[in-house]
Amino acid sequence: MPKVTIDGHSIEVPEGTTILQAARMIGGNIVPPVMCYYSTLKTSGGYCRTCIVKVSKGSDKDPRPIPKPVASCRTAVMDGMEVQNITSPELLKARAGVVEFLLINHPLDCPICDQAGECYLQDLSYEHGLAKTRFEFQRRTFTKIDIGDKIKLHMTRCILCYRCVKVADQLTPQRVHGVLFRGGVSEISTYIQKAVDNDFSGNMIDVCPVGALTDRTFRFKSRVWNVNPVDAHRDCSKCKGKVALWLKGEEVYRVTGRRDAYDEVIDWICNECRFDKKKTSDWVIEGPSNISRHSVISQNHYTLKEPRHKPLLNAVKVVPDQNLINEKK
Amino acid sequence: MQSLTNRSRVVVRKEMTFAEKIYIPAILAGLRITLKHFFKKSVTVRYPEEKRPFSAVYRGQHVLKRDEYGAECCTACGLCAVACPAEAITMVAAEREPGEEKLYREEKYAAIYEINMLRCIFCGLCEDACPKEAIFLTDRLVPAFNERGDFIYGKDKLVEPVDARIDISKRQTDAVKEFKTHKELRHNRLKEDLD
Repeated sequence: MPKVTIDGHSIEVPEGTTILQAARMIGGNIVPPVMCYYSTLKTSGGYCRTCIVKVSKGSDKDPRPIPKPVASCRTAVMDGMEVQNITSPELLKARAGVVEFLLINHPLDCPICDQAGECYLQDLSYEHGLAKTRFEFQRRTFTKIDIGDKIKLHMTRCILCYRCVKVADQLTPQRVHGVLFRGGVSEISTYIQKAVDNDFSGNMIDVCPVGALTDRTFRFKSRVWNVNPVDAHRDCSKCKGKVALWLKGEEVYRVTGRRDAYDEVIDWICNECRFDKKKTSDWVIEGPSNISRHSVISQNHYTLKEPRHKPLLNAVKVVPDQNLINEKK
Repeated sequence: MQSLTNRSRVVVRKEMTFAEKIYIPAILAGLRITLKHFFKKSVTVRYPEEKRPFSAVYRGQHVLKRDEYGAECCTACGLCAVACPAEAITMVAAEREPGEEKLYREEKYAAIYEINMLRCIFCGLCEDACPKEAIFLTDRLVPAFNERGDFIYGKDKLVEPVDARIDISKRQTDAVKEFKTHKELRHNRLKEDLD
């Protein structure tokens, strides 16, 4: 079992574990932020570069450091590897640069955006971003597109993380949207605005790290911190039916999948659960969802809440990426 | 009964003297005080004909601003409501329809915006929280009403009329005015807007 040290914390992990997964096993504030990696989506990660870490010692066999920051979601650990994340000032500077790149075309329209309050880019730009932009050219803007009657695509906010494409590839029988064009002009699009309608397409909304794909049934209904998340379930023939209901009083404002400590959906839910079951009587309510008390969603909710999950050593499920193991062989 | 402290005194009902019984010296002493006040400067003003000067930092009734083209600035982001320590602000957002661009500045606007003036403590945190410079506290007073419901101010009372703008320049700090001169800090504006 390779032993890796991240910011001074050592851990033994199975072969093929990435640095990011190892950091998540340790937990705490040394876990690199991610915008595109999603543990339950195969081949996700490697696009956004926010998870970069500095490898100050390659391995026991070859102790030379890796000369450039590496994407921790895509780099497998080696025995004796030493990684620096928050202990390296130049790495934090590099990450601030990555955030600046992500914000080049992103409109900071958080007051309007429905994702505000649960947006990772908002957190990132708050922590690392500059108030100033050095970008002098025309920002790219798009008109908003309705893809289907339930999902709104606002391409201007997209950071091209490819998560929604992977969801469509891996969860639904046929993908009808993808990334068109290349480089700076690439964009998420469907075949001539063909509606994305299959039973699991709504999960694209949940995986979108920014507000590019939003729920049209929840559009501008409420800010996320004004609704109260509760765990609920129902018998569903298509999915497990375990969801989080976002309530205001007795009214269901929206339905999403339950999220874990890293805001990744635990069980995918079908569109019927997400969009059509908007009554409290449709659901068996289990109790309040656990939200970190530092989250804005906990604002003005006067019940005492435990932190969502304490990342324990054994609590995080690690699936060694088969591709990475094969690459090493 | 044993007293807990030694500070208790026995009440003495003393018999009144003759001078006290006829009351006239006490009445005269009272009249003297009253007469003295006729020649003093009055401590009250005749509101509303006469108004006291307000301090530059006075925080009175709120205003919801319009931009220079007359469109409402508020985008119903809810930050004032979450910042409000008295929880006096509620709002319901709505989406701007095509053709309403001159009414509302952003694609989302507040369809209902209410401040409960009985709850409001006029702390000014809403103004601090506002990212759109939409809400300001002004030097206007909230008048008295007979009904509690009258104190819930909706958009009809809060949004400034297009033809009777309310001056809030005193409430904009120098730091804010300085910030607004930097065009490169205006992230979410298109380039043609900046020129």
